[in-house]
Amino acid sequence: MIEPGRTMPYSMQEVKFYQTGTFTVGNRLLDETERAVQANMQRTNSLNSGHRACQGCGEALGARYAIDAAMRATNNQIIAVNATGCLEVFSTPYPESSWQIPWIHSLFGNAAAVASGVAAALRVTGHTNTRVVAQGGDGGTTDIGFGCLSGMFERNDDVLYICYDNEAYMNTGVQRSSATPPTARTATTMAVGKEPGNVFGTGKNVPLIAMAHFIPYVATASVANLHDLEFKVTKAMSMHGARYIHIHVPCPLGWGSAPADTIKLARLAVETGLFPLFEAEDGEITGRTKIRRKAPVEDYLKLQKRFSHLFGPKPDDARLARIQANADRNIAKFGLLD
Amino acid sequence: MLKQTEGSHAVAEAIALCRPQVICAYPITPQTHIVEGVGEMVKDGTLVNCEFINVESEFAAMSVAIGASAAGARTYTATSSQGLLFMAEAVYNAAGLGLPIVMTIGNRAIGAPINIWNDHSDSMSMRDAGWIQLFAVTNQEALDLHIQAFRLAEELSCPVMVCMDGFILTHAYDRVDIPGQADVDAYLPPFQPRQILDPADPVTIGALVGPEAFTEVRYLGHHKQLRALSLIPKLASEFATRFGRDSGGLIREYRTEDAETIVVALGSVIGTVQDVVDELRESGERIGAISICSFRPFPVAVLREALQAAKRVVVLEKCLAVGLGGIVSDGVRKSLSGIQLKGYTVIAGLGGRAITVTSLRQLFRDAIADELEQVTFLDLNAEVVSHELEREAQARRTGPTAEAILRRMGTVASQIG
Amino acid sequence: MFQVRIHGRGGQGVVSGAELLSVAAFIEGRYAQAFPSFGSERMGAPVMAFCRIDVREIRLREPVMAPDALIIQDPTLLHQVDLFNGLIKTGFILLNSTRSFSELGLEAFVASFRRERLCTLPATEIALKHVGRPVPNVPLLAAFAAITGQIRQESVIKAIREKFPSAIAEKNVAAAAEAFEFARKRSETADA
Repeated sequence: MIEPGRTMPYSMQEVKFYQTGTFTVGNRLLDETERAVQANMQRTNSLNSGHRACQGCGEALGARYAIDAAMRATNNQIIAVNATGCLEVFSTPYPESSWQIPWIHSLFGNAAAVASGVAAALRVTGHTNTRVVAQGGDGGTTDIGFGCLSGMFERNDDVLYICYDNEAYMNTGVQRSSATPPTARTATTMAVGKEPGNVFGTGKNVPLIAMAHFIPYVATASVANLHDLEFKVTKAMSMHGARYIHIHVPCPLGWGSAPADTIKLARLAVETGLFPLFEAEDGEITGRTKIRRKAPVEDYLKLQKRFSHLFGPKPDDARLARIQANADRNIAKFGLLD
Repeated sequence: MLKQTEGSHAVAEAIALCRPQVICAYPITPQTHIVEGVGEMVKDGTLVNCEFINVESEFAAMSVAIGASAAGARTYTATSSQGLLFMAEAVYNAAGLGLPIVMTIGNRAIGAPINIWNDHSDSMSMRDAGWIQLFAVTNQEALDLHIQAFRLAEELSCPVMVCMDGFILTHAYDRVDIPGQADVDAYLPPFQPRQILDPADPVTIGALVGPEAFTEVRYLGHHKQLRALSLIPKLASEFATRFGRDSGGLIREYRTEDAETIVVALGSVIGTVQDVVDELRESGERIGAISICSFRPFPVAVLREALQAAKRVVVLEKCLAVGLGGIVSDGVRKSLSGIQLKGYTVIAGLGGRAITVTSLRQLFRDAIADELEQVTFLDLNAEVVSHELEREAQARRTGPTAEAILRRMGTVASQIG
Repeated sequence: MFQVRIHGRGGQGVVSGAELLSVAAFIEGRYAQAFPSFGSERMGAPVMAFCRIDVREIRLREPVMAPDALIIQDPTLLHQVDLFNGLIKTGFILLNSTRSFSELGLEAFVASFRRERLCTLPATEIALKHVGRPVPNVPLLAAFAAITGQIRQESVIKAIREKFPSAIAEKNVAAAAEAFEFARKRSETADA
């Protein structure tokens, strides 16, 4: 309790109402070890405020959490390599930069290779404590960056690659990528014709492909569970070699969702089974996050305009059923329900 | 130390002497022996403090080089032809970011048709990317230029490509003088980057630059190349003092003092040209030759000075601006702006066709007699060409051009030249 | 300048032969240039390699069009490739074969050349005997030295020792010695 009128030292803050019993990510009343990095006044704010991301941007949220966690895990010794994309564009509008860390943007498809080069230089110049994180969106990772990504995995270069997956090429105007889910409307898979939106039977699962390279660590994460995201990044930084984290990040603009729904959507993606949360080491799954309250896919889809053609007076029950089947297959494959 | 060795191997030894820290490359004929040579030296411990990375494509090679150079390591790679094109985006990126990467180009033709032999089309495709481009005439010069290249690149913070003719130089055994480590160390100090990714002093490299500043950034790159016009001769002169031989520089003149006809070319063909020049000089012709070593920056002023007293210039080039004619000729023409003399472009050696003394002798005689076309394709098989054109005029579905021509020419293996 | 053209098939050490020759010339303090003519990199395909030797720096970069000497490593090329194209009249021919020029049907052809400058020798057999591999380049090189006098036998041996690891080197030195003797005797008796 603070007496009124008394000035407060910087390290103390007026205590607002926090439920000490929750794991709300900003909770500072938790034990140090259970507190999120973001709840720490000493966090590095690697992606500082002032960037130009949209309201409700899942990627900005994910990147901030991920990089600060990586910084804490390495005693602030991180170099970041960024692919072209939303994150790169909104974080570095010339002449400003919101990065507080050494950061390089090269091209669209080469973040993994540039990161490999940085890691090699650090090794050869004796900077063994400085670590490398590569970042890219789904386009820059699953499509154009795929060759370099696989090369980095195959060589087991000492890089943590983080993919922020908002399921389309958002920065260029919402075009389809190989991470775009079936039926989603994008500028190149319009909601017209016999099979509106993206078609079934396409797409690739990069976390599984990463596992097929038998790299030390692969994980999926979501901005719905930021403790988990920080935990996974921290864990990844405790290891060496090629590591991959695939983070699901809703994009209000591209998905046609309310900016305030970003976390809710991310959570629904997890709870429907459409975005399984798991970890793998050396090609074998070592852990998964069980679904607490299974939700039907409709609950998730109907909040996004990119799926609106599935609903309305004549709902597309057949395709909705196929999406549900995909979700159920994930639940079975990854053991997401007891 | 004098050695009789393969050009690629000589270059590999020169690279090793430059104390590279990160080397990454992807195999492509005819540069493979260079990278294999360096790779072996790293693996067997001859070359220490060097990371050798086997990348999955040329695009990855230049990307790894970008990362390594930005993080403060002296970086090297090599490629040719299709590989250079595959990394094109990254080549421009390296120059735009001002990273002092050194790359060897084992000059090879670009397909289609696929062709593994020498010409200059690959380097020419990247001539405006912002890299410095140096062309070697001999394997000695090739190895020397790499040492100068690292020094040049790092002083300017500009990437440099050293171009050497594929097979003709890369795979030829020649006598070379390999410098000693002490001399190279004295000439090439440790890398001091202008910019470096360092947690102790964070910087943002590669930000988006809009209309308000892009022109200025580009201008500074242009200005850098103009500065190179004085730095290149300076470093070549320093090299000559320390190592005792002329290598590099902007251009090299051969018997041009009183020449009425001057032949201009790049790379190894100059050797053959010099032999023919000597022959024609014997019979009283006033003819000379100029080899351009620095193609980028293009040595406009010194070329102008060297050519201005001549009556005619013959530009002999191993590349083609399709539909237009010469590429090197364009630069030569710029140098001659305002000066009246006859200019001839000769496209020769494309796809590895041998440029012979016999053909050059006749060509130069024709030039001296001003009986040359504006643009000549040396040793063009006119009969094959007209037959193909006739064939194509007669039907629609005439099949792939290259295959039709090869069929007409008969088995290649039975031919010598 | 002395120009040599070597013909053979991929896998027969045609290119290495040219390189060895250039090293031998270098050892004697001369300039030498050795380079291949590249076709497809396939075992058995016809290949050519060239070597120029001179007392001054060699600037020329064209294939050897008018060789002073021809080394033919594989007689099956005789009717497939225009082997003798450009060979000067006073040229040397070294042909890898157990048969003579006349047995190979070349009697009429070689009549116009200098007898003592022609030599067939069983280079493959010599190589098999000493080295255990049917690679005829070293014996042919030794015979070249004997017939042309362009390089000394000692230089060939030094070049072999420089290029090969010691166990193989000595076997090749033995093959070279036998070939050198064979060719020397041949040229003495001027017998084809």
